[in-house]
Amino acid sequence: MTAYILRRLAESLVVLAVMSFVIYGLIGLMPGDPIDLMLSADPHLTTADVARLKSLMGVDQPLLKRYGVWAAAALTGDFGYSRLYVTPALTVLLPPLGRSALLMGVSFIATILLALPLGIIAALKPHSSRDHAINLAAFASVSMPSFWIGLMLILVFAARLGWLPAGGIADVGGGGVGDLARHLLLPAATLTLVGFGSFTRYMRAGLIEAMSQDYIRTARAKGASERRILVGHALRNALSAVVTLIALSFGALFSGALVTETLFAYPGMGKLIYDAILGNDFNLALAALLLATVMTLLANLAADLAYAAIDPRITYR
Amino acid sequence: MMRQNSRTRAAWHRFCCNRAALASCALLLVLAGLSILEPALARLMGQDPTLVQLHQRLVGPSFAHPLGTDELGRDLLLRLLEGGRVSLSVGIFGAIAASVVGSAIGLAAGYRGGALDSFLMRMTDGVIALPLLPLLIVLAAIDLQKLGVPAELARSETASLYRIVVLVALVGWTTVARLVRGATLSLKARDFVRAAVALGASPLRVMIVHILPNLASVIIVSTALSVGGVILLESVLSYLGLGIAPPLASWGEMLSGAQETITIAPALAIYPGVLIFLVVVACNLGADGLQEALDPRGRTV
Repeated sequence: MTAYILRRLAESLVVLAVMSFVIYGLIGLMPGDPIDLMLSADPHLTTADVARLKSLMGVDQPLLKRYGVWAAAALTGDFGYSRLYVTPALTVLLPPLGRSALLMGVSFIATILLALPLGIIAALKPHSSRDHAINLAAFASVSMPSFWIGLMLILVFAARLGWLPAGGIADVGGGGVGDLARHLLLPAATLTLVGFGSFTRYMRAGLIEAMSQDYIRTARAKGASERRILVGHALRNALSAVVTLIALSFGALFSGALVTETLFAYPGMGKLIYDAILGNDFNLALAALLLATVMTLLANLAADLAYAAIDPRITYR
Repeated sequence: MMRQNSRTRAAWHRFCCNRAALASCALLLVLAGLSILEPALARLMGQDPTLVQLHQRLVGPSFAHPLGTDELGRDLLLRLLEGGRVSLSVGIFGAIAASVVGSAIGLAAGYRGGALDSFLMRMTDGVIALPLLPLLIVLAAIDLQKLGVPAELARSETASLYRIVVLVALVGWTTVARLVRGATLSLKARDFVRAAVALGASPLRVMIVHILPNLASVIIVSTALSVGGVILLESVLSYLGLGIAPPLASWGEMLSGAQETITIAPALAIYPGVLIFLVVVACNLGADGLQEALDPRGRTV
């Protein structure tokens, strides 16, 4: 088990190294470069100044060499300065990371609490009218663009009814848990409505599959109650597949959070990445994208370990 | 030949029995037809959907403008149809492009096996698990001229259209690759493939002449199933201002300005979203029907 975790960690590090190079290379291809930005800020710079600045900052070096310098600094925790916030990129990242974790955590729990019971209810009586209704809702959930669900929630609850704020994280002069919760409600509802469809379908398919196995028939034959069959035999087997799929959807959750945060002007990681990329804040964008990759890799690792915890047949070598 | 024929006919018959799939196809055909006929419709109505009329901003529905006008005074109905043309084409061509990439990767991995297979499948797992949207935003924001794309192409009006199809192909190939790899693995062991190998056919010939035709239903079904997802992806990127760029219209692009005017003109936020929703539902239902018709036992997908 320990050997397995170590090997997976090593693999994840390789993936991270590859991704960091890819992202570094891509960021360099974005429009504008730091020197151009300085030029536009200070028209007195001469061509000689530009050449001097270029060699000073190393942008005249080949890509691989620049990446090496950046990666060596990054390994010591130095991700450079953010252009937009004029502070070290790493310090800018931490508060949004916490806020994103809050939004994603709340939505994730809400999604699970909504989707798993719905999937189970649907699977208990396949092709009943209950099943059809749940399927329809799940189908609608996966077919709607996330930002549009959010827009409609804003339209109804913020613009029309005026019950909830349309965006941001706190009222002017507001604060405290209640205020935060009010601002969290619509973004979290958006993410939940987008996410529950696929989870419901996973759960339904997994449980129907489990209920058709021979050991369920055996359990019925020996006279076990339906409740015991469901809880003791079917559910645990069905969950092992569902847990993996859910953990693998972390990347999708993060993508959804990016759209939702941008829509609701919620100052989390997703909005930060979006703003950093559009605002030519290369250092910040790089650090934020890498952090998102690290989190995804960790979630995938957690998925594998959870899989082993749920399914004792799986042993890792 | 006869068997082939009757199998196609049986599939067609199964498809026609699926009312949801038929209705979806009808809806998609009507929308596609209207979008293609949009220029003619515009002339008939005496409107120009690209004409900015600032004195006619956000006008309500009238005889001249059946759905009213948008924030720049353009006719909303015609804009929606124009957007439909772009969204539907991106969905179809993006899905096809992603399928071509995915089929090539899946075929190579499944047929060659060994180190290539494990490398390609690791890569597939990696791409599936990554947070794709942030990466797509970077990809959508890069300067094509720095990649050596000619300036007139990079700056042309339709550049955003090609760019998004390429982006979809870059990230959307994973599902097809997995399915094609799985089907290739089972086909590889069949007698007709082994006979072809024994006769001295080159690996490329075996893959393209003997295996690929047998993958047709897998590839067609998974391509169809991905069209809806591609349309959703396009709408998100365009909404964020990184997909389809004006003067081209797409439903996602139309929604990007809708948030500011949502209190005074909710219609601008509602119609494009409803159309995206309907089209994605129709694509998914149609593809489900196709899957059941081509593959009634559901063994390959």
